[in-house]
Amino acid sequence: MAGTLPGLLWLGFILSGLLGLGRTFVVEHENDCWEALLLAPGDKSAIYVGKLAGNLLLMLAVEAILVVLFGLFFNLDLAGVLPGLAVVIVLGTVAFAAVGTLFAAMTAQVRARELLFPVLLLPVQAPVLLATVKATEAVLLGEPLGSVAHWLKLLAAADVVYVAVGVLTFDFVLEG
Amino acid sequence: MVRVVGGVTLAALAAGLVMGFGVAPREATQGNVQRIMYLHVPSVWVAYLAFAVVLAASIAYLARRAEAADRLAHASAEVGVLFTGLTIATGSIWGKPTWGTWWTWDARLTSVSILFVMYLGYLLLRGMIEDRERGARYAAVLGIVAAFNIPLVHFSVYWWRTLHQPPSLMKPGPGTMPGIIVAALLVNFVAFSLLYVYFVAKRVGLLRREAEAAL
Repeated sequence: MAGTLPGLLWLGFILSGLLGLGRTFVVEHENDCWEALLLAPGDKSAIYVGKLAGNLLLMLAVEAILVVLFGLFFNLDLAGVLPGLAVVIVLGTVAFAAVGTLFAAMTAQVRARELLFPVLLLPVQAPVLLATVKATEAVLLGEPLGSVAHWLKLLAAADVVYVAVGVLTFDFVLEG
Repeated sequence: MVRVVGGVTLAALAAGLVMGFGVAPREATQGNVQRIMYLHVPSVWVAYLAFAVVLAASIAYLARRAEAADRLAHASAEVGVLFTGLTIATGSIWGKPTWGTWWTWDARLTSVSILFVMYLGYLLLRGMIEDRERGARYAAVLGIVAAFNIPLVHFSVYWWRTLHQPPSLMKPGPGTMPGIIVAALLVNFVAFSLLYVYFVAKRVGLLRREAEAAL
């Protein structure tokens, strides 16, 4: 059972994240506000950072609730491992939301949005999912964060790469 | 021009087959099964080459907005997916008699299959957006994200697997291979690279004519 718990936890995070992230730009699309986004003064990447921050807050809030319920239902004492768990979850969520926000903008106007969005996002997120699940596994077993330093470095690198690519390319996504 | 490349490619492929199946000696431990390496290793090389071209063409498209760059990225991604598929298929055929299984979650197998799915998604995105110009822009962004993701995939899968089990058998270090095998492999590398150029040139030409016909 202990081997599957980290995967279960992240499955919950990912499914809730897919639902939330996929709707990032649906409001603009449904209410015909896409032009308003295009007309917004200033750098377009500010819109990306804003949307990313909103998605991050939402995902982290859902994850906080899920972690509490997870500890409750699987009868785990999470108090001791909470700081380490928080580090892993925040690093992983930033990476997930950074690509998710970018892809949500790209799929918002596609008819089969709900199909295309996870098909694009999940393979790209394979390294992040591997790293988070492996790091979560170690943290839940009570190992120090130092033992999963390579995974945390990979997640940090992914965060930097994804956010940088998102900021740099969002201009092109939001053109029309 | 394209026709000349096609002719040279055909000759090179024939030479590669002769080298791989005729000239190169039968491998001592694996037997004739090992000869699939002459198709497998050049395939994966072409796949990585193709995805590198997708990255370069995507950046070029976003910077210059030249439709030629978009067509090059599109064609190269299609050929790359084809050769990634060939890599997985030839690897499976080799793995069945050698490892006793068609598929195992080895580090290299996993990272190549993630690449395969990632670029299938790229082609899907292109197919699903009706507006040509927007499709080109989105595909370029995805082409950049996917390319930057390749090292992350590589490292994560490597740590995930190889911390637990020894590296895969398929590591033909140049020092351990006899010269004749290296020569056969090199001929096939050249042949497959030419084949890549030929396929991409053909596909770019077709895409250009499609765009002209749509006007």
